[in-house]
Amino acid sequence: MRRSFLPIIVVIAGLLAIWYAAVVPMNIKMALTAAERSGIAVTPVGAKERRDRSAMLLVVQNTFAIKDTFALERPRLPAPHQVATELWNSTINKKITSKRSLVFHGWITLSSTLLGFAIGTGLGILLAIGIVYNRAMDMSVMPWAIASQTIPILAIAPMIIVVFNSVGLQGIFPKAIISAYLSFFPVVVGMVKGLRSPDQMQLDLLKTYNASSSEDFWKLRLPSSMPFLFASLKIGIAASLVGAIVGELPTGAVRGLGARLLSGSYYGQTIQIWSALLGAALLAAALVALIGLVQRLTLNRMGMS
Amino acid sequence: MTLVVFAFVFWLVAWRMNVVLANSAASKTRLIKLVVPIIFGFTILVVWELVVRGFNVPMVILPPPSTIADTFLAKLPILWKDFIQTFVKGALSGYLIGCTAAIALAILVERFDFIRRGLLPVGNFLAALPIIGTAPILVMWFGFDWHSKAAVVVVMVFFPMLINTVAGFSEPTAMQRDLMKTYSADPWQAFIKLRLPAAMPFIFNGLKISTTLALIGAIVAEFFGSPTLGMGFRISASIGQLALDMVWAEIVVAALAGSAFYGIVATIEKGVTFWHPSQRG
Repeated sequence: MRRSFLPIIVVIAGLLAIWYAAVVPMNIKMALTAAERSGIAVTPVGAKERRDRSAMLLVVQNTFAIKDTFALERPRLPAPHQVATELWNSTINKKITSKRSLVFHGWITLSSTLLGFAIGTGLGILLAIGIVYNRAMDMSVMPWAIASQTIPILAIAPMIIVVFNSVGLQGIFPKAIISAYLSFFPVVVGMVKGLRSPDQMQLDLLKTYNASSSEDFWKLRLPSSMPFLFASLKIGIAASLVGAIVGELPTGAVRGLGARLLSGSYYGQTIQIWSALLGAALLAAALVALIGLVQRLTLNRMGMS
Repeated sequence: MTLVVFAFVFWLVAWRMNVVLANSAASKTRLIKLVVPIIFGFTILVVWELVVRGFNVPMVILPPPSTIADTFLAKLPILWKDFIQTFVKGALSGYLIGCTAAIALAILVERFDFIRRGLLPVGNFLAALPIIGTAPILVMWFGFDWHSKAAVVVVMVFFPMLINTVAGFSEPTAMQRDLMKTYSADPWQAFIKLRLPAAMPFIFNGLKISTTLALIGAIVAEFFGSPTLGMGFRISASIGQLALDMVWAEIVVAALAGSAFYGIVATIEKGVTFWHPSQRG
């Protein structure tokens, strides 16, 4: 980790530099229009004249406008510091009960993510146990579980929301169903692999100890499945978050990170979209990191790492 | 009610059949391995049909499979146009651009160990993010037509593809690299003869993951604005009209397209990486 610390910093700095460099040509036309309106001389006069010019050429001809491109109110591409400021203002500087607080919206999304993740993981582990101990179940369900990974499940999300709405269920539950669905299959596939990971030698050893099949499960199969389980939990929680966000799109929800994205795109509030996006990214990173931490602690305690 | 009882009986019989087949002496043969999941899938369809008809579940909650099949056949021309718009124009072009760009970047940084060590964790981080959220921004930039969908797909497939390819290039062991050196291979030869083939299983892993991501990206991006055709558009529009049979028909198309796309990539993989242990089975 320490060895790659410097390279990571360099790569992130590079990405930020590309971002800042891209802001200028992306926003130059808007900045020039604004400057012209406030009475500053702009080289090709008139927005119509400028429309078909290349952005790079405009930047060279109007170097005075470069600093304006970083401070537009509704830029095509906001600069990183604008997004960071908005993120700061809408998280730390707002009461968390406020409708403009990203923490408030993040919590809405997070609660359905976690509920769905818990349901999906629980059912996934149960099905995996069934698959490992029942041959008929293995042969009937497993091919479908694998095939279902190639299907764009997320396309069903809007329908689930609307169908649950029409039977009177609203709020976090329908979104949680989507999250559960998305985290379910990675957990099934990973957990089956994990429960099967003990080799024949170890299974035979337990047989010589005259272990019952429940002892076989609790003392050998379950412990050795842990690394596989945690690997799929990391995939599952990221998928759950995506599911909860997409679940907020179709009904025009007014609360949640997905709703922030949607309302931002309706009203052209680009900085709001980017800050919601960054918020979602931080949330995803935190969740994955949290599972990583639990994984380290658990595996350490079990002496497996 | 008799239909529901019949559904239950059918389920029991089919399950019994699968148990017998799975525990029979012939359970290891190819045929049984194919038949058992097919019986299971067919049972689910039959039970679905009977339960929906038996309980008179309204169409706006869950249409029976037979209605979905009817709609699928009747609306085939519309579905085909949506398929072309979303899959061929949006998903496929974005997939090709994104994967090519990611592999190209991986090849460029392959020589620079310093950048590679930074790129791998950052790429891993970015690949886990809800990148689908960039869809509204890209729709704003590239307009409502398929270009914006292709752009979403490019962003979605880029990072999984990049980290897989970069990981693949560092696969050869020191021993193998030394062997290349004793042959006095120049860097280019070492790349073509050793690193690229060794990376192929990883590259194909990325390509396979990306097939699903591409389709998801193209469909979800249409929820943020699209011309009046496309699979995502049809799904959200049909939901608005409570025409759930049409929604299910689009989902069938998405499922077929997704598995066919994956299948094609997996078949190419089999041809290219025939030497890999996972393919020799």
